[in-house]
Amino acid sequence: MITTTFDLYNLMERDNVLLAFKGTVTSDLLDSVFQIMESKMVDLNDSPATKKKVFNVLVECLQNLYHHIDDFDKDNFLDASGSKKSAIFSISRNEDAYNIVTGNFIYPKNVEEVSKKIDHINSLDRDELKAYYKEVLNNGKLSEKGGGGLGLIDIAKKSRNKLQYSFKEIDDDYSFFTLTVKILK
Amino acid sequence: MEDLKQEGSAKTPVVEFNASGELLLKGRSIPENSIEFYKPLIEWIESYSETPNSSTVLNVQLEYFNTSSSKCILDVFKKLESVTGSEVSVKWYYEEDDEDMLEAGEDYEAIIDLPFEMIEVEEI
Repeated sequence: MITTTFDLYNLMERDNVLLAFKGTVTSDLLDSVFQIMESKMVDLNDSPATKKKVFNVLVECLQNLYHHIDDFDKDNFLDASGSKKSAIFSISRNEDAYNIVTGNFIYPKNVEEVSKKIDHINSLDRDELKAYYKEVLNNGKLSEKGGGGLGLIDIAKKSRNKLQYSFKEIDDDYSFFTLTVKILK
Repeated sequence: MEDLKQEGSAKTPVVEFNASGELLLKGRSIPENSIEFYKPLIEWIESYSETPNSSTVLNVQLEYFNTSSSKCILDVFKKLESVTGSEVSVKWYYEEDDEDMLEAGEDYEAIIDLPFEMIEVEEI
């Protein structure tokens, strides 16, 4: 089956996609995306609290992509075109919730660590999650790029939902990681 | 001692650190890497602590901040905690419907040994 642009359009229409992107995630791109989403949300009939929450979670999700996407060590980079550095994300909104979905390539060797981290976050209730956030905030250090290991914890805490994720094995060198965050309105 | 003033941007807050002891962070703090942004603020507090005013108040009026900033904001508080010879306190502002921002203030209050005042406002 060939997927046409029209199929893609219908898919995005069905899922009420507000914004979708596939490509390299740069700081400038994020500036534009945040700006677009903020002005889009102005026109939507959601409470200020919901808009703020969605924006907060969106910033964390997309900056998470930005921080981790070039974890690929440059020397061993197998994919000359650099396409493994590109990612996908979408933001959709239906009657009762917003959904933020991100997808990016990761090394298979990191799959277990990421799974464990998310499973741990998902196993915590709200008070435990708050305590865990405080613990990592107080003890963790920022990486060179400014990530602090708090992103996923914050996303779970603010979205007040379990994180949904999956990995798709691509080949010996890459897996594809998908994260879906649901924020109830 | 010179005041430290910075205009806000789409990703960084307004900074007004006055040698008189009135310090303000206002707006949003969502840079990808906040270390660079917060470094001069922390350095300013370090020099300020040599001859501080008898009272020092940090007003935090943030609409949004990301997790990269949350660590740096903690460092700002820690630096203020170490200022001696001044009554240091924090005024933490949050918008009335913003439970997350209130919670964030309470988290800092639990970690940092400074008096915090939580102030609810209609809009930041």
